[in-house]
Amino acid sequence: MLSYAARRLTILVATLGFASLIVFAALEVLPGNAAETMLGASATPETVAALAHKLGLDQPFGARYLSWIGGALHGDLGQSYAYNSPIAPLIGAKLAVTLPLTAFAMLIAAGVALTAGVYAADRRGKSGDLAIMGFSQLGLAIPNFWFGILLVLTFAVRWRLFPSGGFPGWGDPLAALKALVLPALALGLVQAAILTRVTRSALVEALGEDFMRTARAKGLTRRRALWRHALPNAAPPILTIAGLQFSSLIAGAVVIENVFVLPGLGRLIFQSISNRDVLVVEDCVMLLAGPVILVNTGVDIVAAAIDPRLRAA
Amino acid sequence: MLLDIDNLIIDLAVPGGVKRVVRGVSLAIEAGQSLGVVGESGSGKTITALAVMGLLPEGAKVSGAIRFAGRDIARLAESEMRKLRGDRISMIFQEPMTALNPLIRVGDQVAEPLRLHRGLSRAQAGEAAVRLLARVQLRDPERLARAYPFALSGGERQRVMIAIALACGPQLVIADEPTTALDVTVQAKILDLLASLSAESGLAILLVSHDLAVIARHCRRVLVMYGGAAMEEGPVEAVLGKALHPYTRALLAARPKLGGPRGVRLAAIPGQATAAASEGCAFVERCPLALPVCRREPPAVTLEDGHVVRCVRVTPQGQLT
Amino acid sequence: MNTLRLGAICVGVLILAALLSLMWTPYPPAAIDVPHRFALPSAAHWLGSDSLGRDVASEILAGARVSLLVGVIAVGIGVGFGVALGLLAASVKGWLEDAVMKASDFAFAFPALLLAILLTSTYGPGIVNAIIAIGVANVPVFAKLTRAAGNSVLEREYVLAARAAGRGPTAIAFEHVLPNIAAPLIVQATIQFAIAILAEAALSYLGLGAQPPMVSWGRMLADAQTWLYTAPRLAVFPGLAIAFSVLGLNLLGDGLRDALDPKLRARR
Repeated sequence: MLSYAARRLTILVATLGFASLIVFAALEVLPGNAAETMLGASATPETVAALAHKLGLDQPFGARYLSWIGGALHGDLGQSYAYNSPIAPLIGAKLAVTLPLTAFAMLIAAGVALTAGVYAADRRGKSGDLAIMGFSQLGLAIPNFWFGILLVLTFAVRWRLFPSGGFPGWGDPLAALKALVLPALALGLVQAAILTRVTRSALVEALGEDFMRTARAKGLTRRRALWRHALPNAAPPILTIAGLQFSSLIAGAVVIENVFVLPGLGRLIFQSISNRDVLVVEDCVMLLAGPVILVNTGVDIVAAAIDPRLRAA
Repeated sequence: MLLDIDNLIIDLAVPGGVKRVVRGVSLAIEAGQSLGVVGESGSGKTITALAVMGLLPEGAKVSGAIRFAGRDIARLAESEMRKLRGDRISMIFQEPMTALNPLIRVGDQVAEPLRLHRGLSRAQAGEAAVRLLARVQLRDPERLARAYPFALSGGERQRVMIAIALACGPQLVIADEPTTALDVTVQAKILDLLASLSAESGLAILLVSHDLAVIARHCRRVLVMYGGAAMEEGPVEAVLGKALHPYTRALLAARPKLGGPRGVRLAAIPGQATAAASEGCAFVERCPLALPVCRREPPAVTLEDGHVVRCVRVTPQGQLT
Repeated sequence: MNTLRLGAICVGVLILAALLSLMWTPYPPAAIDVPHRFALPSAAHWLGSDSLGRDVASEILAGARVSLLVGVIAVGIGVGFGVALGLLAASVKGWLEDAVMKASDFAFAFPALLLAILLTSTYGPGIVNAIIAIGVANVPVFAKLTRAAGNSVLEREYVLAARAAGRGPTAIAFEHVLPNIAAPLIVQATIQFAIAILAEAALSYLGLGAQPPMVSWGRMLADAQTWLYTAPRLAVFPGLAIAFSVLGLNLLGDGLRDALDPKLRARR
């Protein structure tokens, strides 16, 4: 188990390094540089060049890349051109919103999938199963930002149970959580639909396996056999898909943060791209892509922990 | 009488209606005895076995009686049946390669019925599991108990299945084609193991197989089934030795013989197993000795020794006309 | 009513709406008519009018155009480049196959929407950039699918027979591999089409997709949100249109998957 984990972690580091290189290179291709944007279109070429030199924008590619990586590993993410302040605390504040939001949404999705997916697989072919499959089709088709708007309409405008947007900060944890409820629901909707379908199909397959017959022959109830024998066997594909979904969860967060005007990473990226605040964009993109790669590695490790056959590979 | 099945009729729900897969089968097993049920695929032997365990698919209808130690278990509530399964009656299936949960250690799987029915703690059940693994003649039982199923061979896995079946000291073990998926050399060992375990603990065995040789060697009595109905039953020497029923004769004749003359065609039974009639004798379509009267229910001709043959062609004195 | 028929009907409605909007709509979709803003549904405006007096029904019809356009071109890009790459990877094997697969896995890890945001806010918002971004994001999906399906076809015996007869890899790719992977490709294409519509809607909602006067359901939702307290009904129809289209495509994909499954076909 340990050697498997070690191997996966090495691949992880390599992938992260490769990813950072790609991100950095991609943003080099962007036309216009930060100096131009900051000074505006009417600035003279000399002023632009001077500012560019001051910001270190005229250094060679390799040197800039290395100084970025080096700084990042020390916790120094550089200086934002637009805000003229250190990036690290800036991102930190945004992360305090985006991370809980994403986690909350994933929790909702997992909860729905485990209840609805198991229920549907258990009552396969009957009305309960068909109803759940129908709902999941709807969940896949409804755009998450529209769902968010509808949620605001119902629970913030019609019935004033939750705020329609904004984030009060973590000083008041209860209010902060309240502000995240509707966004997490909107964000988690699609994931819930996908995971429910995957859970159901993986579980149906596991329920048809021979070891289920053995379990029943031992005298186990159908319910116990399902939870103790079928579900662990259904887990690996469910986890894999959940991991793959993480990246679309991140993308969804960007949109949802706009719907609910949450001061998170999504909005920051958005604004920074327009401001040509390149360093912020690079840091943010890595911060978003990084967890995706991390989560996928984590999923692989957990799957190997559950299924001993994967470790032997 | 440990197990007494009386005129068992089983109807299964199939797409397009209902199919009668078992038609009035009766059998009896005393404590400590072994009964073999032999027949082709589709003869209803596996369904009969599943019916005893109460593991029929949803939508199955059962009529007739299945009495186990005096109780009618055919119509027993599921919660009561569960207490018997794995405890008083257990079952071994055909495919050892897929019958074990790949994610759970072997020892834990053997321990499971003990924890379920006897309420043993993890530690106690674990020790008992190791003892069981030793009892089924597996080498290095401690190491094996910690291993996962994928590390074991087919023969080893089937021994594990036997260990699981024996865990709570059942009175009856049903073995459904336990050796069909195994190598020939391993088959004999597994069956001998079952026989010796049965002898030492007074266990009754219901052995389901399509292999006459297996039944002949390891069972005292045999029931021959075709098309969901019983054709002949009785002591193995009588049924297979005298071979009165046309179907039994055909089965025996169809076996290829080592050392037989070359170039001689195998004596196959003409027709397909699915062409079983639903009224009268099930074998009538393929029987070389069929008479018009066979389309009505054939009589049960009882000879001495509890040997019963269901064929109009057999006289009460045991002659085939 | 099975899924295939239901899906086909929904998609048919979508296509009809788009075609119809080319020839006729109740009002010109972009026609601003401020005196009649926020009109309730009536005989004059079947679905009401929006914040600038534009007829909602006309906008919904016109929005179908954009959705279909984006779907067709983006999936086309994905299929065109993706299938080519996948076939290459499966046929040539070796380092090329590994490279294509690693690149695809990496592309999967990177959220497509982020890529789209990056591209559109860098090179300017607009439908063209949105289509390119979504199309590029489709390429790894089809590349992986083609390679996996292609590999399983290439292992079959009839391919071995073709090779023994001297057919070259291009001929084999076109004569044997493509026809046999057509089924899963078609199913995936309908799924990606649905995803493309959702992606375009999200981009337009963020202001990075279709620009006025082009009508997009996503942009309609952005407008609707601004006036949520005044005219909540504006949020209903564009969202319904998106959901309807995506649902239809998903059902079509599911239905096609069942219909084209050779195992199921043999039973009929």
